[in-house]
Amino acid sequence: MLRTTIFSEKREVTIARDLPTILIGERINPTGKRKLATALMEGNWDYVKEMAIKQVEAGAHVLDVNVGVGGIDEAEYLVAAIKAVSEAVDVPLCIDSSDPKALAAALGSYKGKALVNSVTGEEGSLETVLPLVKQYGAAVIALCMDEHGCAVDVEGRTAVARKIIDRADRLGIPREDIIVDCLTMTVGADSKAALVTLEATSRVVAEFDVNITSGASNISHGLPVREVINAAFLAMMIAAGLTAPIVDPTAPGITQAILAADLVMGRDDYAARYIRHYRKMMKAAAARAN
Amino acid sequence: MEIFEQISNAVIEGEFGEITDLVQSALDQGIGANEVIREGLSKGMTEVGRRFREGEYFMPEVLVSAKTMNTALSILKPLLVGDTTQENVGTFLIGTVKGDVHDIGKNMVSMMMEGAGFRVIDIGVDVKPEVFVKEITEKQPDVVGLSALLSTTMISQKETIEALKEAGVRDRVIVLVGGAPVDQNWANTIGADGYAPNASVAVEKAKELLQRRPHS
Repeated sequence: MLRTTIFSEKREVTIARDLPTILIGERINPTGKRKLATALMEGNWDYVKEMAIKQVEAGAHVLDVNVGVGGIDEAEYLVAAIKAVSEAVDVPLCIDSSDPKALAAALGSYKGKALVNSVTGEEGSLETVLPLVKQYGAAVIALCMDEHGCAVDVEGRTAVARKIIDRADRLGIPREDIIVDCLTMTVGADSKAALVTLEATSRVVAEFDVNITSGASNISHGLPVREVINAAFLAMMIAAGLTAPIVDPTAPGITQAILAADLVMGRDDYAARYIRHYRKMMKAAAARAN
Repeated sequence: MEIFEQISNAVIEGEFGEITDLVQSALDQGIGANEVIREGLSKGMTEVGRRFREGEYFMPEVLVSAKTMNTALSILKPLLVGDTTQENVGTFLIGTVKGDVHDIGKNMVSMMMEGAGFRVIDIGVDVKPEVFVKEITEKQPDVVGLSALLSTTMISQKETIEALKEAGVRDRVIVLVGGAPVDQNWANTIGADGYAPNASVAVEKAKELLQRRPHS
């Protein structure tokens, strides 16, 4: 079984299918979040730090950091955001950018082994991102899409995963440092969309044994009470092989759903983590009531 | 007339299995295709748009309504050829901008526009600025929609508008922008004519701006 280890200066996180699911907090990303976008533009790092702390308190083991706002120097802001987040929390980071210059600057400044979000099967991405991953000894998320977009079937997505893994192999990037994302489309637009993701995930796990991530919240776009759909999907994905979902741990029920899935999968002896989280929630609720 | 209400209700309820018979029955009564669209389908889609805007309807419901409308249009459109009484609302060209492959928002806007009587030209996703220029020059739409779903690709909306200016076609069209990271402020910054937070507002915005446009 392949084990991915990433670390910050103070903390190491290992992702593997026999270990508890690792939560990558998705909140530090300005897409659709006006307040964060404004905070980034103004260099209001206190707001970013607050978001980091809230997510770690809610159960995040790794934090995704994305500062993609049009019209800023992404390299400069990404480095500053990583510095701010690292001051606020000690978890390892997932550096999220589609700008190779920003990725290079961020990886160069990061103290530890980061996770890079992401490389795709597009030639341009393979040529720019993978050498950076190799150079800085990082781990990387491989998105199952290429020049033609996101393949509609299981075979197509598996083929893109295979292509990225082959290229990484050739560059000498250890197989365990690749975490595959089979991509999630909303069931709001196509009620069969999640089946493709689930099956592609099982296929990629069977063929390559790599760790799996998933930006799971996309599944419920356009539907009411999204958390319930997200939780059901996450649990099923964990059964299919998901080990490090990218989620909003502050959303109601998400952390519990993942803990419950881990318990069901036999990764939580004596239900200790599940119960511990329950007590923490009860304590927090009591504190709010007083 | 009762049949219009039945057709409109079938669109609202997304009864795509029933719509063919309803449309046929309207045609059998001697009602023109154009009237079926205007008094039945468009009224239904307008109501679907309202429900979606106000949070009563969810995305899959809009999609099934659109499917119902398209089923009806596939019967009615061939009958419109040469129909001079056809109300010409305008031509709408839409694409998701360069670097962005999200298509749900774009498709929703297309369907709503079609429901409102626009002739819709969908040029797909990841559309480069020069392709927008070429398509606009060739197809001469009245309104152009630029869709972007990522904060990193909204910059392509700006580039597209700049390319239109450079090619000298910017003032020939009304440009609408939309997508999750987009707001009115961004629309103003990049010199778009309008912004719509959802598909149903996009239709209203397009109609409103068309009416205000000085006739050339």
